[in-house]
Amino acid sequence: MNEIFGMPLSVIAGQTLLGLVNGCFYAVLSLGLAVIFGLLRIVNFAHGAFFMAGAFGAWMLHRYLGVGYWVALVVVPVLVGAVGAGFERSLLRKLRGLDPIYGLLLTFGLVLVLEGGFRLLFGSSGQPYPVPESLRGSVQLGFMILPIYRAWVIAAALSCCLLSWWLIERTPLGAKLRAATEKTVLTQSFGINVPLLLTLTYGVGIALAAFAGVLAAPILHVNPAMGSNLVIVVFAIVVIGGMGSMFGSIVTALVIGVVEGWTRVFYSEASSTVIFVLMALVLLLRPKGLFGREGPA
Amino acid sequence: MSEALLVIRDLCAWYGPSQALHGIDLEVRSGEIVTLLGRNGAGKSTLLKCVMGIVSQRTGSIRLAGRDLLGLAPHEVGRAGVGYCPDDRGIYASLSVRENLLLPPVVAGGGMSEAELMALFPNLKARAKSAGTQLSGGEQQMLAIARILRTGARLLLLDEPTEGLAPVLVERIGEVLVDLRRRGYTIVLVEQNVHFAAELADRHYLIESGRVAGCFDSAALAADFNRVAARLGV
Repeated sequence: MNEIFGMPLSVIAGQTLLGLVNGCFYAVLSLGLAVIFGLLRIVNFAHGAFFMAGAFGAWMLHRYLGVGYWVALVVVPVLVGAVGAGFERSLLRKLRGLDPIYGLLLTFGLVLVLEGGFRLLFGSSGQPYPVPESLRGSVQLGFMILPIYRAWVIAAALSCCLLSWWLIERTPLGAKLRAATEKTVLTQSFGINVPLLLTLTYGVGIALAAFAGVLAAPILHVNPAMGSNLVIVVFAIVVIGGMGSMFGSIVTALVIGVVEGWTRVFYSEASSTVIFVLMALVLLLRPKGLFGREGPA
Repeated sequence: MSEALLVIRDLCAWYGPSQALHGIDLEVRSGEIVTLLGRNGAGKSTLLKCVMGIVSQRTGSIRLAGRDLLGLAPHEVGRAGVGYCPDDRGIYASLSVRENLLLPPVVAGGGMSEAELMALFPNLKARAKSAGTQLSGGEQQMLAIARILRTGARLLLLDEPTEGLAPVLVERIGEVLVDLRRRGYTIVLVEQNVHFAAELADRHYLIESGRVAGCFDSAALAADFNRVAARLGV
């Protein structure tokens, strides 16, 4: 059997792989968004811009300092995460307790500043970033060819999600985070420094976005708009998965990536719409999202 | 008579424009159990929340062992050695029983160990892995008290720990509080149940409309029980 519904198996497998890779980017981004929204109640529109900044960070390190991929994979998330933490501490914090729309506006403004800044400096056409030497080439699987870099992206992104999940669900630090998400004031009264926790959470969420950006640099063209293209889909994923549900976001992200890929095979005109159709359906049938918890969100 | 651990002077507090406390003066000595008696809405819970910094619109002074609490950030009050058990018990649904127990950071030496707490509240041990809110009301109350005993806080503020509990559990809570006093804890207890309070506590403050309307030791409360009970509406 070489075909499904008249499509060659290799095409379907290829798009599944592509979908999984996209799904991995979605997963790492939506994970950060979900955790930030859960604790800070901020709809962080700037998430895509920090993803883009991560990719540009890797590119700039390579271009100007000759720093390679592996170092960038560690250094860039730390740097961009620190910028994010600084942004939370200096500006975002002032909006705490106001209507979430203010946070959305501020982070949207930051998107314009970051994208405009990078466009001014580097133009809007893409910059190429080489695949690291050790991850070049591909493996012949029989039914398809698997580029090693894509396999690495999937492994790295899933490990990153798993590590985050473990950190939040299984460690004392994660328990503090969950506690502060559920009852902020009481948690604070126990002597837990919640404002510090907020800054850390935002910083780590941003670092995750930058990590995804570095992972994406060799695959996507490094350009100022690369984050905006992604972030709308990622928001839809967080809504489908259930606001604030980390596990839901990860699973939804992978599924959506693959569904998007398959749609591209069978009815490519709908591939960028299918997510929003799904979102509308989920909101109609389960307004809290697929994995949303009942009770105080 | 030991020295005062908590001293509150001329405390006023507001929720937005409406004033909830009007110049409260109150002292709690080290090692005693003090109850705040009063009708619903009299300001008892607000008083505890003022000490914790949860109600932040306040004037006057609150001193813990001489240290001014009013200027502290909310998370520093807990670190100064005050344990708080809110009236809704404040058990986290997203944390397991054990995580609930271990959540408040240890702020000083001398707190009870996990093993001691499990011995004091045997029910919690069997349910350690359940979600916090899967416990029964009584177990949740035990957990809410247990988790502030671990931290080394010497002053415990308990907001209606017996509310909604069956008589046998109320009795059990009473035993625990007496045991805690024996161990040297200082306890401020908000209570509607005047019989429970009368048996247990050393002194009582009657709070009415955000003011201290009277202060009795146990003998005075016993002598005046009917009159006080009438003012509480029981």
